[in-house]
Amino acid sequence: MTSAAVAEPQRYLETQIRWRPVEIAFWLATLLPFVLTPNYLVLASQIAITALFALSLDLILGYAGIVSLGHAAYFGFGSYTAGLIAKWGWGEPLTGLVIAAAAAGVLGYLTSFIIARFRHLALIMITLGLGLLLAEAANSASWLTGGADGLQGVRMWKLFGVFQFDLYGTTAYTYALAVLFVCFLVARRLINSPFGLALRGIRENAIRMPAIGAPTRAHIRKVYTIAAVMAGVAGALLAQTTETVSLETLSFARSADVLVILILGGAGRLYGGLVGAIIYMVARDQFSGINPQYWYFWIGTLLVAVVIFLPNGVLGGAARLVRLGRSRA
Amino acid sequence: MSTSALSTRGLDKSFGSLVVASDIELDLPPGERYALIGPNGAGKTTLINLITGMLKPDKGQIFLGADEITMLRPEERVKCGLVRTFQINTLFPHLSALEAVTLAVCERRGYAGSWWEKLPAYGDAIEEAYAILLSLRLAASCYRPTRELAYGQQRLLEIALALATKPKVLLLDEPAAGVPQQESAELFSVIAGLSQEIAVLFIEHDMNVVFRFAHRIIVMAAGRILLQGTPKEIAADARVREVYLGRARHG
Repeated sequence: MTSAAVAEPQRYLETQIRWRPVEIAFWLATLLPFVLTPNYLVLASQIAITALFALSLDLILGYAGIVSLGHAAYFGFGSYTAGLIAKWGWGEPLTGLVIAAAAAGVLGYLTSFIIARFRHLALIMITLGLGLLLAEAANSASWLTGGADGLQGVRMWKLFGVFQFDLYGTTAYTYALAVLFVCFLVARRLINSPFGLALRGIRENAIRMPAIGAPTRAHIRKVYTIAAVMAGVAGALLAQTTETVSLETLSFARSADVLVILILGGAGRLYGGLVGAIIYMVARDQFSGINPQYWYFWIGTLLVAVVIFLPNGVLGGAARLVRLGRSRA
Repeated sequence: MSTSALSTRGLDKSFGSLVVASDIELDLPPGERYALIGPNGAGKTTLINLITGMLKPDKGQIFLGADEITMLRPEERVKCGLVRTFQINTLFPHLSALEAVTLAVCERRGYAGSWWEKLPAYGDAIEEAYAILLSLRLAASCYRPTRELAYGQQRLLEIALALATKPKVLLLDEPAAGVPQQESAELFSVIAGLSQEIAVLFIEHDMNVVFRFAHRIIVMAAGRILLQGTPKEIAADARVREVYLGRARHG
């Protein structure tokens, strides 16, 4: 009797983290642009990059409850690192990606000591401040970054020595999608580990965590560093696939956009950032086609509507629909 | 001093001119059940906050066994075997009871930093968590999110989380707060049934419960320890009647 009774909780926890058919369908669907919309592969690669950036924010915001208004710092840092390496003569994409990831990780680790000490409003101000600091530093160091003109002269070598980064974005999307998928697998693994459970504990009740013996600050430093690495990878992908880096990669607007994307899709759901990125980027593409000056008007409308009607984002709303459907059936 | 599971020496704490703890001397022997009583604002919860490190004392020392823990952070004190529960539910609303207790067990066993193995791979931690839930009669609802549990079950989960840290000293801040009287007796029978190796200090207002379950009673008033004694001694003391029992009768 005991062995059956003991196996049950373990089985329950296993079913919680099982791959669901809808997940497999989602990842198969990411291949559709190659067939259905081959003229939009450049956009698709931008979506994949933004999705990865949003995924990195989800790790700290959605799981550990760390609100950041300066997450672009790590994106931009990764972007400039990858861009500069290529400009200085080493255009190999994969090693460039790894170096940029490490650089963003070091920055993330250093800043995490400040981040782990604060919560709520103070944290928003500090992340905002750090983001602005780095953006302004990049602006003033124009000898290095190219300043407002952006970083010019980034030349990427062929991927694996075979695939050229072409105008149609075939290589760019394949590359970005593959990197996104690998990072997603890492994030999924992390979320389903004991460490992932501890992060949810911090989000759910930061006061109780020390009272059960949890080193909250060490946990936060760790996840913040990992998220910075991922944001840096996303930034590096953008630099490598567009062969340029602009100050915009470090801007407040990019930090705010990624927050909007994550909330739109649903924070703390792993797929929230991905779905949010698809909706946001496609909507921006379409709205700016209709009315290039006022597209933020429509994004604003969309955001207000989502927060009012779907407080847990698009995915939260979808999950509620599924539950309703099941209880009716 | 070495015989005590927990002791404090000359603990002082004030917020500005408000003295919330003054010269607190406490000795809790291993395995004993002590009650901490006193009128509202006497400084009972403050004392628990001081002992567990959630507040820093202005003066004084805290010992766990023979080791001084005055300078340790709250989570380090938990690792040493000193744990508390909260008067107001301080739980993880969206985690299931099983996940919450498993989390506490993982933290104790040092698994919580591992981010590559899946949680179900740590079968020993899950088994232990489930056993704790089973012993507190929470096993049947352990898959439900905490926020959906009945209030009395949430009070039990408070204790389950504390037990998952394998404490030597357990500080219970009004464990039965808000629980109807008949259920409160049930809750205290759970507390009375805890391992004899754990020393328990509990805050409680219901005198029937206090006199039934406490081996010894500490009375606090205005940030000071007024007196300590066996339930019999306390019941006979005129000062206690005046400060605490008397007021309760009028209120």
